[in-house]
Amino acid sequence: MKYMSEYRDPELAKKYLEEIKNTVSRPWSIMEVCGGQTHSLVKNGIIEMLPDKVTMIHGPGCPVCVTPLNLIDKAVYLAVEKGVILCSFGDMLRVPGSQKSLLEAKAEGADVRILYSPLEAVKIAEDNPHKEVVFFAVGFETTAPANALSVVHAHRRGVKNYSILASHVLVPPAIKAVIDDEESKIDGFLAAGHVCTIMGNTEYHPLSAAYKVPIVVTGFEPLDVLQGILMVIRQLEQSKSEVENQYARIVREEGNPDAQKVIDEVFEVRNQMWRGIGEIPESGYAVREKYADFDATKKYNVTIEEAPENPDCISGQIMKGIKKPFECSQFGKTCKPTNPLGAPMVSSEGACAAYYHFSGLVEA
Amino acid sequence: MSENKKIRMQLQCPMPKLDFDVITLGHGSGGVLTNKLLDSGVFDLLSNDILDERHDGAFLELHGKTAFSTDSFLVSPIFFPGGNIGELAVNGTVNDLAMCGANPKYLSLSFIIEEGLPVKEFWDILVAVKFACQKAGVQIVTGDTKVVEKGKGDKIFVNTSGVGPIHPKAKISAKNIAVGDKIIISGNVASHGMAIMSVREGLEFDSEIQSDTTNLNHTILSLIEQFGENIHLLTDPTRGGVATVLKEIAQSSEIGIDLFQKDFPMDEQVASACELLGLDPLYVANEGLFLAFVSESEADSVLATLHEDENGKNARIIGTVVAEHPKQVIMESAIGGKRVISMLPGEQLPRIC
Repeated sequence: MKYMSEYRDPELAKKYLEEIKNTVSRPWSIMEVCGGQTHSLVKNGIIEMLPDKVTMIHGPGCPVCVTPLNLIDKAVYLAVEKGVILCSFGDMLRVPGSQKSLLEAKAEGADVRILYSPLEAVKIAEDNPHKEVVFFAVGFETTAPANALSVVHAHRRGVKNYSILASHVLVPPAIKAVIDDEESKIDGFLAAGHVCTIMGNTEYHPLSAAYKVPIVVTGFEPLDVLQGILMVIRQLEQSKSEVENQYARIVREEGNPDAQKVIDEVFEVRNQMWRGIGEIPESGYAVREKYADFDATKKYNVTIEEAPENPDCISGQIMKGIKKPFECSQFGKTCKPTNPLGAPMVSSEGACAAYYHFSGLVEA
Repeated sequence: MSENKKIRMQLQCPMPKLDFDVITLGHGSGGVLTNKLLDSGVFDLLSNDILDERHDGAFLELHGKTAFSTDSFLVSPIFFPGGNIGELAVNGTVNDLAMCGANPKYLSLSFIIEEGLPVKEFWDILVAVKFACQKAGVQIVTGDTKVVEKGKGDKIFVNTSGVGPIHPKAKISAKNIAVGDKIIISGNVASHGMAIMSVREGLEFDSEIQSDTTNLNHTILSLIEQFGENIHLLTDPTRGGVATVLKEIAQSSEIGIDLFQKDFPMDEQVASACELLGLDPLYVANEGLFLAFVSESEADSVLATLHEDENGKNARIIGTVVAEHPKQVIMESAIGGKRVISMLPGEQLPRIC
């Protein structure tokens, strides 16, 4: 824990807060793109500690939250109707599809398993040669290398009963979509540190230059987030718009070339639907034709009608930073973590769920 | 290494010579196989005067105000670092009685076994039951065994119920909680839940994390003997963890609770495992842990007494009962920010990132 407690030092936190207060001269809106950062902000009570002139806007950065409804319906269908062993990361199980979540499908008898590594899913496939195993491969660029590796691994070992249902989302196009939205008024961004660990920072330079916004690659500990905010504010106050790296202890400019290589081997960039937001050009990964046998979408060719999202849900506006969770008329009333109407309330990383759990605005 | 583990390793209870390797439906039939399993195994191992009567129920002598508690145990895997379902079942009910300020005396023990369970595993569970009973000073006085078909259980489910007279000095009630009371936690949080996680299929990770399962009755009774009515409330934060139990108390008693994250005792490996899996240790299950609401004037003395006890050597004051924000539990984070502690909407699941 020593390596973590260093980034939770209360004295250093006070110094950063003091410096933020001394630096900020006028109101600024900063978006933390990643749900992990939203979580850190609310869990550590940072939002209330910031000066009034600094408004944190919670971005679309929870890959679980933005997984398309239709894809969840497909995963449920594969588990319930096709009888596959459906594996996924833990927080994907609670996300509601149009009819039910994977957790509910599991309760009804479907073989749904929580895993932490897709390689484990390949092992399950090897151990169960007479069953089909599907890994619901969700995540940002961060989880893409391991998901891709599972496909390469299965291919090399000749595992025929394994495939992935890919729903990867990419951060830079999402930032671009947020900036392009006429209603959003974001002055600077905290980019997701773990995404840049894989992809590096190079993708952010053209964005920062074209839109004249500061982008600071930031980690997830309280001091990381505070320092990231300070770095954005310093740039804004000096009318700068650069890409800076707060998370230099982990992130290198070029990222992780080996991880990028395995992503490129298995995936190609495609347009991607984001739940609550809509389609964002070139913001997702599809499995390349070379590995079509491991692509659950092609392997099962499931056609399920697109179900409509709940019309009362304003999740798109929340994820673009146009509205705050408590500005939604349904927040904490009909929409709760036990009964989410939309994407940001479903995973603990989502902006609405994070607010619900930690802000104290609503009783659980 | 704790006294608990030393004794367990020395305990020699050779399995009786049985001509079957696994539990079958026949062992739940009430016929020859049932009797063979019980006679050669359960009764011999757990023998005491009351159980040896072998009547439909137990004849007990209890005097005065008595506490009664029951609990069912289903844990996967049934053997985990630091223990197994057998000792969990004994300790769980013993501790529930201890939280009432009672001296646990007699337990019932019931098994629902899934067909196919290796008899060796059943024996290991029984031996753990015997040992846990010895350590807690309780007797198994009645019980039951049922066998369900393969696929209709999860290896083995255990139920224990127990009774015990309440200590005359005990005045344990949420109604006694007063503003200014200090909240003491007896040891490190989240060890049991993370020990289970470390061996759960699909989440296995290398660690030396051990479950904290143990009986707390001797520790509790010694505190009550010494501090009497200054101990206002005792509770064990098992399922749902510390956060859930404190939120329940705040809501039902309409009190406000202030907690301080920096004061929470936690094992480094447990803390790291929680970080790795994205789990909040405040919501992770504990077993051999209790929370005590103690009058402000005696809190330091209670803490000092606990520090002398094997079960309380890591005890800390983690919070205070306040008049402000009734029904709310508010925690000051390590960096000084504040957040409200709520109950989880469901099971805590590992996060993706």
